[in-house]
Amino acid sequence: MSSHYEAPIRRPLIVGDKSYHDISVDVAAPVEGKANKLWWIAFSIALLAFLWGIGSIVYTIGTGIGVWGLNKTVGWAWDITNFVWWVGIGHAGTLISAVLLLFRQKWRMGINRSAEAMTIFSVIQAGLFPVIHMGRVWNAHFVLPLPNQFGTLWTNFNSPLLWDVFAISTYLSVSLVFWWTGLLPDFAMLRDRAIRPFQKKIYGLLSFGWTGRAKDWQRFEEVSLVLAGLATPLVLSVHTIVSFDFATSVIPGWHTTIFPPYFVAGAVFSGFAMVNTLLIIMRKVSNLEAYITKQHIELMNIVIMITGSIVGCAYITELFIAWYSGVEYEQYAFLNRATGPYWWAYLLMMSCNVFSPQFMWFKRLRTSITFSFIISIVVNIGMWFERFVIIVTSLHRDYLPSSWTMFSPTFVDIGIFIGTIGFFFVLFLLYARTFPVIAQAEVKSILKASGEKYKKLRDGNHE
Amino acid sequence: MSNKVVQAMYIDDDILMDAVKEVRAAKYHIEEVYTPFPVHGLDKAMGLPCTRIAITAFMYGCVGLVFSVWMMNYMMIEDWPQDIGGKPSFTFIQNMPAFVPIMFEMTVFFAAHLMVITFYMRSRLWPFKEAENPDPRTTDDMFVMEVVVDGNEAELIAFLEKTGTVEIKVTEKH
Repeated sequence: MSSHYEAPIRRPLIVGDKSYHDISVDVAAPVEGKANKLWWIAFSIALLAFLWGIGSIVYTIGTGIGVWGLNKTVGWAWDITNFVWWVGIGHAGTLISAVLLLFRQKWRMGINRSAEAMTIFSVIQAGLFPVIHMGRVWNAHFVLPLPNQFGTLWTNFNSPLLWDVFAISTYLSVSLVFWWTGLLPDFAMLRDRAIRPFQKKIYGLLSFGWTGRAKDWQRFEEVSLVLAGLATPLVLSVHTIVSFDFATSVIPGWHTTIFPPYFVAGAVFSGFAMVNTLLIIMRKVSNLEAYITKQHIELMNIVIMITGSIVGCAYITELFIAWYSGVEYEQYAFLNRATGPYWWAYLLMMSCNVFSPQFMWFKRLRTSITFSFIISIVVNIGMWFERFVIIVTSLHRDYLPSSWTMFSPTFVDIGIFIGTIGFFFVLFLLYARTFPVIAQAEVKSILKASGEKYKKLRDGNHE
Repeated sequence: MSNKVVQAMYIDDDILMDAVKEVRAAKYHIEEVYTPFPVHGLDKAMGLPCTRIAITAFMYGCVGLVFSVWMMNYMMIEDWPQDIGGKPSFTFIQNMPAFVPIMFEMTVFFAAHLMVITFYMRSRLWPFKEAENPDPRTTDDMFVMEVVVDGNEAELIAFLEKTGTVEIKVTEKH
């Protein structure tokens, strides 16, 4: 037992009297069981929203992006807001699985699988927006450096928009293999438990014939560690590059050097909020409260509080620097943000992102499940408005006052946004019923160190 | 030489670790150990050499970096140099700062994907690959140690029975 020592002060990460077999049973239960009525209701709503989104996308592509609310002053609005919002949400998964692995945080093991699934599903949503925004989606492959009919007219590698193409596709594909590699032992567990031949075949296919040899585990752990080492700078680079889309331009309100760290902090902030939203429901519905404990939620709330405060500092720094710079355009952009016609969006952003996470200083509130859920929704609303404020308020007051205008979304803008939320939940709900939603092999490896039963045994003995 | 192996099953990782050490001390040859999760220190106890997969990742990363430099130099500087926004692309070194993000992304892309492909190939993992674990319980809560029989079956089984095993099977390994 001594090799599994963990300081008694650390609270158990797996509560209850669980054995290795219990973990398999609990993780396999949602996959082997039948969906209840609530799942079907949620799935139907998500599917409807998704279909509405498809309809809006088809209408956009068929008619042109003139059906959106964009005008010649505000050329970027909901589309790019949604893009940045979804990419930001997609940051928590890799942060949990990679950064927390490097820091040897065992609590990541209960939540990393679902957080990574969320990452992949939300990056898919994010990727849709730039593609639709192109208008002529059938030319989307022009963003890749491919030889073409113009001889050799290549892509412009000086452009941050192209950096984004590379960053996001690298991020999506690396996250996907990271996720899948971790899934192999868990799919193998489902395969070996499966009774119905069809299930056995599917999970056999998905598990790539994983057998759990000692050498495979040795490589598995090394690969996970190296992937974590690669994914950590990668995840930071992705939102940095997304912020370059704005920061390298000459628009007042965008052209600031604070953008990369500020965007990364905001991304982690919104990503953890979305993880909380999803897992608070999932732990209840799928009976996983023993593995996704209150402590997990509390720790995520602390991350939300810290990153929210970083974001708050960034907002205030921006205001200060705008004033301090002495540049009239910059000063006006920020004054207009706070007091102009979009003051309400600015106020919503400030109160949701800077004010609301401060409640998490109170232990009582950050350990309350209901309160955490409400704050997680509030944070994501706030983060959507942050992107909206940055994008639209910077554009709608052009250098030329005769071009000043406002932006209002059409039903197509709204439809596509709702559609991506629907698509995201369709994917996540399907995932929750077919995938091992907890990295059971990894959880088993910490059972003796962090399981409640074993901790009690050990700490009672004072060995 | 026969391919006969004795499969000793254990229900606990600590018992398995002690058993592995005992078997190694008694100079029996451990063919393979199957575990449902990574048991830390098992590779060392079995005497497995360290994996070199991290070194391959480094090399793949270098390939990615070189490839991205070559690609962008060819496309932007050599093949069709353009003057974009008053920033002409006539020398690599002057344009290099703008290429850094993609140099980084390509390094990560190559290192990550090629390392994972190497892992899958070396550990023989791919779609439609049949699983070869000796018992379906090895992905759940059973730990199996395979020890090679070298004309000493009865003696070996008697030895293994004292190591805390719960089940012993003798099979022909193909």
